[in-house]
Amino acid sequence: MTQTLAASSVLPSQQTGRVGALSAVIFLVLALVPFGAAFGPESYVLGLFTRVMVFAVAALALDFICGYGGLVSFGHAAFVGIGAYAVGILGAHGITETLVSLPAAMLTSAIFAYLTGTVCLRTKSVYFIMITLAFGQMAYFIAGSLALYGGDDGLTVRLRSTLLGFPILQNDRAFYYFVLFSLFVVYFVFRVIVYSRFGRVFRGARENPTRMATLGFDVFRFQRVGYVISGAVGGLSGFLLANATEFVSPAYMSWQRSGELIIMILLGGLGTLHGAIIGAAAYLLIEEALSGITEQWKLIFGPLLVLIVLFARGGLLGLADRIRGKLGRD
Amino acid sequence: MSTGLVVVQILNGLQFGVLLFLIAAGLTLVFGVMDFINLAHGVQYMLGAYLAVAFYTLTGNFLIALVLALAVALVFGLLLEFLVFRHLYDRDHLEQVIATFGIIIFLNQAVKTIWGAAPLTLPIPEFFSGSIALMPGLLYPVWRLVIIASGLAIGLLLYILVGHTRVGMLVRAGATNARMVSALGVDIHRLFMIVFGFGTMLAAFAGAMIAPILSVEPGMGDTVLILAFVVIVIGGIGSMRGAFLAALLIGLVDTLGRSFAIDILRLVMPPSPARTVGPAIASMLIYVLMALVLYFRPAGLFPARGR
Amino acid sequence: MTDPVLQLNDLHKNFGGLVVTDGVTLDIGPGELHAVIGPNGAGKTTLINQISGLLAPTAGTISFNGIDVTGLPVDKRAKLGLARSFQITSVLPRFSALENVALAVQARGQTSYRFFGRADRERAVNDAAGAALAEVGLAERGQTLAAHLSHGEKRALELAIAVAMQPKLLLLDEPMAGTGREESARLVDVLKRLKGRFSMLLVEHDMTAVFALADRISVLTYGRILANGTPDAVRADPKVIAAYLGEEME
Repeated sequence: MTQTLAASSVLPSQQTGRVGALSAVIFLVLALVPFGAAFGPESYVLGLFTRVMVFAVAALALDFICGYGGLVSFGHAAFVGIGAYAVGILGAHGITETLVSLPAAMLTSAIFAYLTGTVCLRTKSVYFIMITLAFGQMAYFIAGSLALYGGDDGLTVRLRSTLLGFPILQNDRAFYYFVLFSLFVVYFVFRVIVYSRFGRVFRGARENPTRMATLGFDVFRFQRVGYVISGAVGGLSGFLLANATEFVSPAYMSWQRSGELIIMILLGGLGTLHGAIIGAAAYLLIEEALSGITEQWKLIFGPLLVLIVLFARGGLLGLADRIRGKLGRD
Repeated sequence: MSTGLVVVQILNGLQFGVLLFLIAAGLTLVFGVMDFINLAHGVQYMLGAYLAVAFYTLTGNFLIALVLALAVALVFGLLLEFLVFRHLYDRDHLEQVIATFGIIIFLNQAVKTIWGAAPLTLPIPEFFSGSIALMPGLLYPVWRLVIIASGLAIGLLLYILVGHTRVGMLVRAGATNARMVSALGVDIHRLFMIVFGFGTMLAAFAGAMIAPILSVEPGMGDTVLILAFVVIVIGGIGSMRGAFLAALLIGLVDTLGRSFAIDILRLVMPPSPARTVGPAIASMLIYVLMALVLYFRPAGLFPARGR
Repeated sequence: MTDPVLQLNDLHKNFGGLVVTDGVTLDIGPGELHAVIGPNGAGKTTLINQISGLLAPTAGTISFNGIDVTGLPVDKRAKLGLARSFQITSVLPRFSALENVALAVQARGQTSYRFFGRADRERAVNDAAGAALAEVGLAERGQTLAAHLSHGEKRALELAIAVAMQPKLLLLDEPMAGTGREESARLVDVLKRLKGRFSMLLVEHDMTAVFALADRISVLTYGRILANGTPDAVRADPKVIAAYLGEEME
């Protein structure tokens, strides 16, 4: 009854050239944004694109398990929130060094992923979606009950993380390139993992977990490892988010945020990695544009999502492919 | 911790559970028969509440307002089904999530635009306002008892309908194996419309009934929706019985947990940490429960689908 | 005396009130091709699912090369050398034929917990996969997406995947299902060539194939073994003729 989504039926070797070019363009554009921004409302544009990249990191992590692994997690924002809280909590105790808080953020998220993954990954499809949602809610409520760290109101991060003791990241431009660098590394690492031995098993488990088991693969173990990796990268995104907004709040873990991440990867094109970056950009930029037009922008945005699902299969990249196909035929 | 307080909280837990059941009932059948994740079910509940307020303002009579609210909610639900949902049945769960998420965003904003963001209230119907004495010195609001009673009555009604009528049998069969039922010549789509319509009205009913007690505001359906999902996951997708039992269980665990967490913890730890840890554990309780159930029974307690 | 490769001991499987496997005892020796035949509904696929580990028996034991595997999960049995093909084609549709087989090769080699290096460029794995494809006649179709293969080619791919595992026992669940006469004949040839290399349990309806290939045959009816022996013995057994073979033998 359900059709499988996304990821073209083109073999990876045939895709590489096109993907490489597109990714290069994306990163080039991102690298040039600060220069273009200097001609306009600089801090606004920098702030916006920094946020785009921060969410792109989270979206990449989600695309990995969802687009490539077939694991639809509706609680992904929890990893982002946990990473952010690591920064906030350590900061409240006077620890602001990146070399401490970044690993702490990633490790805490990874542990949460390991524990929840152990339970979630025993379930299938709909149950999996629901249970990840519930764990996300759990994290949200726990964060809200941390009276010591702001409770429902959240916590201000007074100082951005220091790099080896130097407050370089206080400078918005420097921070922008730091985030860009992180995004690049994450993208690159996922690209490599997806086509590695591990990645092949992980992708195979999406297509046919029974078949994979009969080949001798402990599917549960492989999926859990993938889930933990995804969680850790989510934690990285949280670290960046806390520094970008200089604020930490339970809202970072809400299920609405998890939903937004799903929208991002679907919007760009599921199971493509660079689609996650495009989707994050498209989502946030559309949101900015629409909210600038009217306060009731959600009245447009909601139906827009419905229309995209109904008519734009494969997200923006799929749309581009179809347009290219049509032009090619003419 | 007096007996009186415990009794009150148990009743509150039952009331909450009954509410969850009304919402979960529609959800679990929709899932079971059509394999369709409907996040927008929560807004049906919200809509029921808003419509009840609107019609009450118009007519001044709760019963009439209730009936009108149910009617409009039903029409609206069927409209949604016609315009959006029916195009999503053969799509990936992911796409269903996004599309229905879009509907939530739209409707939460729509009610804000139409009725404003401020919470609305509805007075309890005269006849049922006030409290009765359950025990000497223990007063309990009549309206809450009405909610419990109506929820149980509906539960009984559904039990009879689903368990002992021909349509109910088809619904149960459809929840177990929709393709098979369709192959046997049953118009599975019409069956589904009946199920869907019914579920929509149940959710709206829940919203209308709770409106006098809770504040009616945009987004009120969201938290309840998630709890409803927890209910059907624990109960087993497609199972009415599971939904009923799980809903009551969750209602009780959550309410009692929140009320007595600190007190219970105080039995094993000093008051200060108990007061900090208590609320955190209370809010986690349901999810821990769900995790435990799913760990031992990955398909819930009473899964309708055969293995 | 060496252990039989597979030994089923009084295997029972009930689904609620329905008894599908009713006390099956059976053993397969090294290099033996053992066919299991029987009318539809006899419980053949359920039997295979229990042996491969997808279903847990209600009672009885399964031994594989002397090891009790009754409680072992599917993947552990596969690692011990138990391979299977599925009645309803079960490949990875969006992977190429070569990669489908390569995964089987990858499973038995070094660890798959490697996160770098292109898996699809591993020479040794690809060579072994290519060899398995050649055995089933799919050498030219390595780069084709599994979803784009014809039905018969997909059945052959299932065989190639199993062969690439270098198993000790191969469970074949109706490998000829849905194939035409030519492709069936081809598959029979492949199986003939594979005979002896490892033990095989063949569930099939195609009698020509069964009698051409089997060393021994067990006849399964209503979850029980009605008869068991060499093809000639089974063919001549009056119980079997009455219950099953009847007209088909003409």
